[in-house]
Amino acid sequence: MPDLKIPTFQENVFRLKKYWSDRGCIVQEPYDVEVGAGTSCPETFLRALGPAPYRTAYVQPSRRPADGRYGDNPNRLYKHMQLQVILKPTPADVIEQYMGSLEAIGIDLRKHDLKLEEDNWENPSLGAWGVGWQVMLDGLEITQFTYFQQCGGIDLDLVPAEITYGLERLTAFLQGVDSVYDIEWTPGVKYRDVRYKDELQYSVYNFELAHVPTLWKLFEIHEAEARRLLDLYKDSEEKSRFPLLPTYDHVLKCSNLFNTLDARGAISVTERVGVIGRIRRLAVAVAESWIEQSGAAQ
Amino acid sequence: MNLLLEIGCEEIPDWMLEGASSYLANAVLELLDQEKLGASLVRKDVTPRRLVIRAEGLWTGQADSVDLVWGPPKSAQPAAIAGFAKKQGVSPDQLQIQFDGKVDKYSLYRKTPGRAALDILAESLPQLILKTPFPKTMYWPGKGGARFIRPIRWIVALLGDDVIPFEIAGVQSGRESSGHRKLGANRFPVTFENFEQKLRENFVILSAEKRRERIRAVPTKYRCDKPLLETLVNLTEWPTPITGIFDPEFLDLPKEVLITVMRYHQKYFSVDAPDGNLANQFVAVTNTDGDPEGLIRHGNERVLRARFNDARFFWNADQKKKLADRVQDLANVTFQAKLGTYLDKTGRMVALVAELGGDSNAQRAALLSKADLTTELVKELTELQGIIGGLYARAQGEPEEVAVAIYDHYRPASMEDPIPSTRAGQLLSIADKLDTLQGCFQVGLIPSGSKDPFALRRAAQGIVRILVEANLRINVRQAGLFKEPPVVSEFFLDRVRYYFREIKGFAYDEVNAVLASGWDDLVDVEERLTALREVRPTEDFEPVAAGFKRIKNILRQAGIEGKPGPIDAALLEPGPETTLYDSVIDAKARLAALPYRGKLEAVAAMRPAIDLFFDKVMVNVPDAAVRHNRLTLLHTMLAEFSTIADFSEIVTSSTSSQENK
Repeated sequence: MPDLKIPTFQENVFRLKKYWSDRGCIVQEPYDVEVGAGTSCPETFLRALGPAPYRTAYVQPSRRPADGRYGDNPNRLYKHMQLQVILKPTPADVIEQYMGSLEAIGIDLRKHDLKLEEDNWENPSLGAWGVGWQVMLDGLEITQFTYFQQCGGIDLDLVPAEITYGLERLTAFLQGVDSVYDIEWTPGVKYRDVRYKDELQYSVYNFELAHVPTLWKLFEIHEAEARRLLDLYKDSEEKSRFPLLPTYDHVLKCSNLFNTLDARGAISVTERVGVIGRIRRLAVAVAESWIEQSGAAQ
Repeated sequence: MNLLLEIGCEEIPDWMLEGASSYLANAVLELLDQEKLGASLVRKDVTPRRLVIRAEGLWTGQADSVDLVWGPPKSAQPAAIAGFAKKQGVSPDQLQIQFDGKVDKYSLYRKTPGRAALDILAESLPQLILKTPFPKTMYWPGKGGARFIRPIRWIVALLGDDVIPFEIAGVQSGRESSGHRKLGANRFPVTFENFEQKLRENFVILSAEKRRERIRAVPTKYRCDKPLLETLVNLTEWPTPITGIFDPEFLDLPKEVLITVMRYHQKYFSVDAPDGNLANQFVAVTNTDGDPEGLIRHGNERVLRARFNDARFFWNADQKKKLADRVQDLANVTFQAKLGTYLDKTGRMVALVAELGGDSNAQRAALLSKADLTTELVKELTELQGIIGGLYARAQGEPEEVAVAIYDHYRPASMEDPIPSTRAGQLLSIADKLDTLQGCFQVGLIPSGSKDPFALRRAAQGIVRILVEANLRINVRQAGLFKEPPVVSEFFLDRVRYYFREIKGFAYDEVNAVLASGWDDLVDVEERLTALREVRPTEDFEPVAAGFKRIKNILRQAGIEGKPGPIDAALLEPGPETTLYDSVIDAKARLAALPYRGKLEAVAAMRPAIDLFFDKVMVNVPDAAVRHNRLTLLHTMLAEFSTIADFSEIVTSSTSSQENK
């Protein structure tokens, strides 16, 4: 039986990592390039491709510049924490396993109302989509559950289940607090003490001070570098040692800069679709190269 | 024998269940019919995790069949006869000689044994199941594997006591079902007879009607909402409703906002207070057997509180920038890639409203109508576009007429939804929809079949309803609004026909007859239709209509078109022809002053003159001048009396007999 004492934020993370570790997941640390969601990390986006089985779990701080609220809003954050679980291929009892993870953090599902409501997922700038559900616990969305179908525009050989827990929401639910800032991170320390400054300062930067021409310049630099590397890869004689992972980092940089520019209101309607297309072309090219490279290595 | 088929899935989207189970029931019935396996009854049931088909009265197998096979003629060489026998797998002496109508031939009655139902079903069911149409399917083991709406996890397939053996995506059919995810057993055996009972013991109510009853049994008097009820029936296997409350302070927010948050974001029923206002209560439907400790209620209340707090936050934040100051921001909101931004659309709508005769308030409403798309609250609650704009306009001191017009301008959203309540709102709604319709057609976004992503049918239907129901005598065609391309006009006419036939209940030939005489003014169309419907049952009407049809045929055969020339009274033959002429002149003189019904009665009253004419007068006489004059007389009649309706479109019981005369 799990310890039913109300867990702290970090205790929750420990328990979930342990739970998935016990089920064969490689527990990774967060990726160190800024992303909008755990899905964008190479551990998901690239590992989902190809026929090799993979299981991993990691916490990913996810940055969404437009969602920043200067630390004023009790439920909305510029940067929130996702626990990302990838099970490839998907085990037949995946939902039972997922429900087990909720019990592992002290939720007695016999006393709560769990529903899986249709919610399909799509990330146009990564050429990725899947079908699945939002998992509702007593009316609160606590998890996004997705069966990936495509990444980088490529049909997946083995369908991974992606389970994304919203850690702040889940912990606020368990601790019975109305504001994420009142979550107990560890005894005596609130979420506010740890994260309030991030929320305030990044909101000020993203909405007020980010220098638009500089961000565009950065975008173009990263785009050009990714492009340059992809062109090099095409003609490379030694494909198996070619640095596709660093190439992908530049694509992620583009994606985050795009989100920041968007939050800043600096992307016009006519530009928007075009810029998403530019990022997607890079992501698709990396994905295709990655498959080729992995295939050649086998 | 009985058939039980249960396809056990991970949670199927609620709105797809009905279509899937209807397909399955029909497909199974068709299969049984085609394979001659009997079955008197096919039942379908669904829960979020299962599609169930039950059939009774199957045969255990097909009956044996006997075919007569013809061989060579009696006179054939022995080798040919032996060859035929060998091919049929019998010895020559087993063949019979029979007369085939021409000659005597060797022949054989070949017996084909019927196949067992079990074999046929095992062979056919996998394909039948995988053909279930869903709006969006997935594969789950991997690329190239089976596709279904969600992964299939178990299959019960029983014919009598036997398992119908087959496999789909690695799942082997069997006799074990699965219960409620948390309250029931994961696997347990079932039979056709105990299936529903076993499910019930494992906290699954198979019957949607019984699930509905459980939800309706909640003592709180919630606001009736059928679509939401159906959603909840199909989201739960063991529904238990609970009642929660929220802080009455939130009742300061507009009720539209509160209801939308509850309805669309939380799937809660809202509750009316005895005074007709909103009560600070809600009904949530859980997929559990109860909430004795109040944990679920407490959780839902907290979620709702956070949602309402968000809405309040947005409401207050949005007020910092008035709608009027947001109009320019619409340059950043795309309407449609090829049709520009909402700022462009706003410009077009203001001009359209003016063209339709809208006053300064209507034009002001058009200018502000889309500005709410830039507010946080509409980004959060997109269902409330327009409504939020109207509420903000009021809060920001815009004239009441402007606020109401904005509030209403997406109406009517459906056939049941009322049209906008004010003239300004009606014109604004028409302008919005006309602009969308015209724009989409211009750039080639034309609906085809069931594909209508911009809801253009609904837009056109909305315009028709507003014009007729608000008594708006606007000529949408003439106003230059359907300039290009002509298909818009055809598309619109289709909706006009649909409206008067299906919604207003006019007969199709009445609608055709009236529309053939023009449809520039839809109010006028309805008046003509009403008059026609009233006069139609009178004794003389249909014979006159048949007469008009005959006239039209005669004129067509004579190649006469355009406007009729003058009638030469001197060429008229005394008797039936002058009688008809006189009654035409007389009716023509009186018609102008009469209402439509009177006009139609006057036309019907010409029956004796028309009947007499056709009875006694030959039109196609050899004398060209007389013949032409007669045709002109008929042509004049047709032209004069077809302004209300083209009577030749009326289908009459006497049409054929008159025609054959």
